[in-house]
Amino acid sequence: MADGYAPTMRVLAVLAWRNLWRNYRRTLIMLAAIVVGVWAMILFSAMMRGMLDEMVAGGLRVLPGEAQIHHSGYRDDPSVANSMDAPAGALRNTLDSPPIQAWTSRVKVPGMVVSERDSRGVVLLGVEPEGEIALGFQPDKIVEGRFLESAEDDGLVIGRKLAERLETDLGKRVVIMSQDPDNEVAERGVRVVGVYTARLQGTEETYAYIGRQVLQDLLGIGDQVSEVAITAGDYLQVNQWLPAVAEAAGPELETLPWTRLDGYLDSMLRVQGNMNVVFMVVIFLALSFGLVNTLVMAVFERVREIGLMMSLGMRPRWIMYQVLLESLILLTLGLLVGNILALVTILPLESGIDISVVAEGMEMAGMGTTLYPALAVADMLMSTVVVIVLGLLASLLPAWRASRLDPVRAMART
Amino acid sequence: MTAIACKDLCKTFTQGEQTITGLDRVSINVAPGEFVCLSGPSGSGKTTLLNAMGGLDSPDSGEIRVGDRRVDQLDKSERADMRLHNIGFVFQAYNLIPVLTARENIEFVMHVQGVPASERRDKSSAILEEVGLSGLGDRLPAQLSGGQQQRVAVARAIVSNPTLVLADEPTANLDSHSAEQLMELFVALNRERGITFVIATHDVRVMAYCRRLIRMVDGRIVADETQPGIG
Repeated sequence: MADGYAPTMRVLAVLAWRNLWRNYRRTLIMLAAIVVGVWAMILFSAMMRGMLDEMVAGGLRVLPGEAQIHHSGYRDDPSVANSMDAPAGALRNTLDSPPIQAWTSRVKVPGMVVSERDSRGVVLLGVEPEGEIALGFQPDKIVEGRFLESAEDDGLVIGRKLAERLETDLGKRVVIMSQDPDNEVAERGVRVVGVYTARLQGTEETYAYIGRQVLQDLLGIGDQVSEVAITAGDYLQVNQWLPAVAEAAGPELETLPWTRLDGYLDSMLRVQGNMNVVFMVVIFLALSFGLVNTLVMAVFERVREIGLMMSLGMRPRWIMYQVLLESLILLTLGLLVGNILALVTILPLESGIDISVVAEGMEMAGMGTTLYPALAVADMLMSTVVVIVLGLLASLLPAWRASRLDPVRAMART
Repeated sequence: MTAIACKDLCKTFTQGEQTITGLDRVSINVAPGEFVCLSGPSGSGKTTLLNAMGGLDSPDSGEIRVGDRRVDQLDKSERADMRLHNIGFVFQAYNLIPVLTARENIEFVMHVQGVPASERRDKSSAILEEVGLSGLGDRLPAQLSGGQQQRVAVARAIVSNPTLVLADEPTANLDSHSAEQLMELFVALNRERGITFVIATHDVRVMAYCRRLIRMVDGRIVADETQPGIG
């Protein structure tokens, strides 16, 4: 550029700013539309992110943990034959160190529960209660009786739905059955000491809790376990600490993050991320019609002025920059106010919105009765990128048309 | 050496099914420092010739040289650069950018030229004084009279020391007194700075100030004469 780029941009910025306020009503209306659009984009993203967080957290409580260690054949054949030794040595040291917040080992085998009325196939979970609670099992979900008290507790905790199916109740005896490593049936009678509820009926029907040591003794597997479940608090950070755990576990064991253990949760997260972008684009596409109209009108009203500037020696591309600058200023103002409005309205809601009116439907999606909107910097940045990029793209047409004006005809326009 | 040289310029316009001749084999030479008036009735081609000289419009055929540059062979951006650095324009009306103050209008061209801020400030102050508008630099065009607006336009046209000023009906919207003041300003600038002026007008008051008078009719030059006793 032969001439002064910076001084020209400065004078163009002054012109763009003052031109915006020549028709302040039109500018304010367009600005309000952008503000509401930006606010809606961020609000929607925060709601969806909050909902997704809740769904993933719910999923991880059932899984449980953000990562698990198994025998390498366990996922294909989750039988007692594919058990592993309880963590010891380097693995145990790693699991007991930050950032790992909690871990527990469990025996998890397919089995049956037989009552005097009926029998059902279940997944028998031999657990150590403190570890389960640390990983997210909520004791307040016990609606009758109690949760297990120790790894040696020989009581059985079943879901409410399973209790209904078996037509059994708190305090009654049932028989649990599974296969031992020699493929012999291992069985024993236990008393139902607790009934729990879960968000999903499937969970209530599937999982039956018993003391880990009791199940190990029943199956004759010593202190072997089926899986080790681990949490570090933030499911999004799992890949940062997982390699160290995998290295400590060794190649003969399979150490997997939740994204691999529960592909549904992972795909839901990805789909949601894309949905946010699609929603933002759709909102702004609708807005862009207004923006284009505003700029077309602004250019139309200033045809003679643009002709004058060209006559004075302004290159066509500078005329284009001027119109784009007007659009950029309008978009930036809209983003600024929209973001502030979003902060002011969403932050107070982060303590939770009661959605119990639609709780039944939400429970199906793995959600609770309270929605916690989660405002994320990434969503605000995404909305900024969408608004600026699409806004400038939409402004290109009026800007280009302004730059193509013929100075003589433009100045002759009445 | 010529300030402007036009050779066999032709230009036609189409209006509906009618073809109008704007320029019909126009050839003129203007020497540096000349004070030339293009006169003639409306539609005679004087504005068309002025626009072609300034690179605002392209002739259908013929050659135009401003200094040693062939204007008719330049592209849009090159012609814009030529106007920016070599030519000052004064139009009949709508001469100023309404959202800029008088001073900002004067500094506008210097901004685009990349003149540093302090130099812009000094030059605009000096030129405001020269055109008799000291103290009015912070006013918007709407706050100035027609004559004052034209003076700002003249100030903007000459602030970058162009070799040539093209003025199209500069006095058309002015009262007699303002028109007289403006023409005296033109004459003074021509004498003191040696700037070449080409003024398109059909105002006899303007013609009275010009040493050379070119008369046009139907796109053709019908007379090119030097007025005795002027200059």
